[in-house]
Amino acid sequence: MTANLSFGRILRFTLLSLGALIFLAPYIFMISTAGKAQSEIFSSSLSLIPEQWSYVENFTKALSRVSMPTLLMNGVIVCAMIFVVQIVVAIPCAYAMAKLKFRAARLMMVLVMLGLLVPIHATALPLYVAFDRLAVLNSYTALVAPFSISVFAIFLFLQFFRAIPDDLIHAARLDGMSETGIVARVVVPNAWPAITAFAIFSVVAHWNDLFWPLVVVTNQHYATPPLGLLYFRAAEAGDDYGALMAATLIITFPLVAAFLVAQKRFVEGITMTGLKG
Amino acid sequence: MASIVSEMPIAAADRREARIAWLLAAPAIVLLFLFILLPTFAVVLLGFTDFELGYGGFRFVGLENYAELIGDRTFRRSLWNTAVYTAIVTPISIVLALAIALLIEAETRAKAFFRTVYFLPVASLLVAMATVWQFLFHPSIGPINTFLAGLGIPGPNWLGASGTVLYGLSIIGIWQSVGFNMVLFLAGLTAIPRELYAAAEVDGAKSRLDRFRLVTWPMLAPTTLFVTTISIINSVKVFETVKTLTEGGPNKASEVLLFTIYQEGFVYLRVGYASAMTVVFLAILVVLMFLQYRVLDRKVHYA
Amino acid sequence: MSILSLRGITKSFAGNAILKGVSLEAEEGEFIALVGPSGCGKSTLLRIVAGLEHADGGEIVIGGREVSRLAAADRNVAMVFQSYALYPHLTAGQNIAVPLAMRRLSGVQRFPFVGNFLPGQRQIRADIQRQVREMASSLKIDHLLDRKPGQMSGGQRQRVALARAMVRSPSAFLMDEPLSNLDANLRVHARGEIVELHRRAGVPTLYVTHDQSEALSMADRVAVMIGGTLLQLASPKEIYDDPAHIEVARFLGQPRINVIETRMEPSGTVRFGAITLAAENPASGEVPVMLGVRPEFVRLSGTPDGMLKARVERTEFLGSEVIVHARLDAIGETIVARISPAEAAPLTAGIPVSVEIEPDRAMLFAASGERLRAQTVAFAAPLEKAHG
Repeated sequence: MTANLSFGRILRFTLLSLGALIFLAPYIFMISTAGKAQSEIFSSSLSLIPEQWSYVENFTKALSRVSMPTLLMNGVIVCAMIFVVQIVVAIPCAYAMAKLKFRAARLMMVLVMLGLLVPIHATALPLYVAFDRLAVLNSYTALVAPFSISVFAIFLFLQFFRAIPDDLIHAARLDGMSETGIVARVVVPNAWPAITAFAIFSVVAHWNDLFWPLVVVTNQHYATPPLGLLYFRAAEAGDDYGALMAATLIITFPLVAAFLVAQKRFVEGITMTGLKG
Repeated sequence: MASIVSEMPIAAADRREARIAWLLAAPAIVLLFLFILLPTFAVVLLGFTDFELGYGGFRFVGLENYAELIGDRTFRRSLWNTAVYTAIVTPISIVLALAIALLIEAETRAKAFFRTVYFLPVASLLVAMATVWQFLFHPSIGPINTFLAGLGIPGPNWLGASGTVLYGLSIIGIWQSVGFNMVLFLAGLTAIPRELYAAAEVDGAKSRLDRFRLVTWPMLAPTTLFVTTISIINSVKVFETVKTLTEGGPNKASEVLLFTIYQEGFVYLRVGYASAMTVVFLAILVVLMFLQYRVLDRKVHYA
Repeated sequence: MSILSLRGITKSFAGNAILKGVSLEAEEGEFIALVGPSGCGKSTLLRIVAGLEHADGGEIVIGGREVSRLAAADRNVAMVFQSYALYPHLTAGQNIAVPLAMRRLSGVQRFPFVGNFLPGQRQIRADIQRQVREMASSLKIDHLLDRKPGQMSGGQRQRVALARAMVRSPSAFLMDEPLSNLDANLRVHARGEIVELHRRAGVPTLYVTHDQSEALSMADRVAVMIGGTLLQLASPKEIYDDPAHIEVARFLGQPRINVIETRMEPSGTVRFGAITLAAENPASGEVPVMLGVRPEFVRLSGTPDGMLKARVERTEFLGSEVIVHARLDAIGETIVARISPAEAAPLTAGIPVSVEIEPDRAMLFAASGERLRAQTVAFAAPLEKAHG
């Protein structure tokens, strides 16, 4: 019985480790190849440690072709703007739907549920035409505006706010707070778990999104990280995998680092938003 | 008279509350109309026109676009490829995710470590990691084929041959989505009451398999259904890897729905025609969600 | 021969000893209630008997079979869980059938679709259905068989859980606080029902509860566990009237037993108010001891001329009786008396009273908590009734 058990444990551990190795393989090769010289890469050996360390060379190349700081900065600006606007718009709306009596609440619920069905890919064409007419393509506005409303955020906060006891809201009203005061000082502080979860969801989604930036941005100045990497690949054209891997390393690093630092929050956030969606 | 007097303040208070509610919800309502409802309505409308960006006018052409879609070989190819990709990625990523979740759940020591490792692809920039995969898949210098050559197997030209390109993309898709499905399964597993397993043991479910069938699998049903829907939808939305690595090629062997829409609408600027495609795409999503609600209602709600 | 016996069961988690060598024997058809404060190890003990956890040491014999190395499935014990642990995706009927199907049908026969075509399983399935229906009608839950647990009330779920446990004639019943999720009215009603079901089944039952009134009212014998040790196993009357340990005395009885710390002279005598106790085994020298008196054996008289003077602090009116808290002048401690409303009528907060203790009702405990056998040897004044 005990022998059997420990055999099972060894098997389980072996399977998990093997799988982990396969899942990590792209990262391992990325780091390894980013330090190899062109000639060594083409010798197609499986050795992971570069014979000659060419990290400096490859990273210099990666940084010189495309302005990495601009890309990362654009990523941060766009994600931050999207997140802030989404929160500012969604929280009051969700509060009104959850805790206030008004006739349109049911209709709003229907609209939110319908909105959940419609991804950016479906609305992209008319938005593109409209942005073109308004001459706002190639701008932060174009990158941010379509995501200013997140029905998912409304949906998530709505569920969260419904769980806040009515008595708490009533007590705040008796204490003389206005409704906006209640949102800012009672509801938001109690909704931090939902807000962090949504923050992680929103940032991961928009940091990684290629489709919409590809549609509205043709100017390197407004390129987000995924788009910038596409430009870099196009400029590189050939098979300079050393520099390419160095570039992917730089661009992947921020979010992966954030994930590794706060991995528990990340997993919780994605689980929470995932299950609610 | 008296009754009117006593009712007035209540009605007034209700009106006040409704007014505040409207004010709080107004920005969301406006933006919802502007960026979701209106464009959705517009895309359906545009699907009946021959609108092309850059040309001034347009006219309504009825169902002409849809008629053209039926005969469009690229579009049919694209639908078929999307279906194949979904049929590969969804089941494999779900089964793998469930297996990994079960193994991790049973693991005592390195739980957090393994969870982090398998989740890592979800937090990584897909366009960047696709580039890494492109290197891994490289026919001559890629580690995968070097490894296969070491075993004496001639490796295929993964992303370069029309016979294998969808499989290559599927592998990336699976690698990328397993972690997400896994954490959902882990959450589902933790939510199963421990006493059910105890009851199953006492009731005579001796083997792990028995307990899995009696408790785990049925208790995970809502999670599994949800993971299935979300996986299918995400597979139908495959775009990043195709755009980055293959541009639909070779020979349209990796044309997928969103890529075709992107090409037609934003490269060739045939907005009307691309809108008709978008409507088809949207219809697929609606049907999937509808199916999920139906099954959810019927089968997996225990309350 | 005892049907269920536990010998020296030990268990520790992360270095904490949860069970410190627990032994008990249950006779055929005996109902034993395991009581104790939360964290005393009673639920762990039950799970060990069920085979859901494994003891570090000790033996478990059920029906003459040493089972401590067997898996839960092979022990043939039935268990009712606090949360009932019904499978939410199965109907009541299917829930009740699970233990039968698991034992009678092979893994292949139970396999979805494929199993339906194997020879012999049809007969077994029909047999299982018949047994489920019989069980259901004896518990009067026929009408629930097609419902899922989510569509049932707490009381109905509890009956289905009982049916699932009883359907397969186990060699022992284990119940882990099966009534704690029911509301008060239903709970009292269900007590009688469980006892009745137990009698019909005729197998030993271990019943874990933290509710002393459940234990005293239902069990043939009550086992009091405190801090991982079984302090006493005896009939409800004996364990209440003659506790072997101060903790047992404290745990059982509402309101709690009065405990007065005092000293025992080298001769073995202890004096308290009007009574004098003589211990059977005097200690060498003067030692601290505890004197225990249950509230119902404390008498209060409004004439403050007794040997123990006290002042009433407050009274709690409970309808059929009154609980009076009085502070003893001499030692400053509170003593609690449980008296009839008539006796309590003149007693209001602040008035002086004298306290008397019924002879032969005071119990002596060593400082370690062990009971010291003692007799009342002297009684100074005749007992005066308060209304006298």
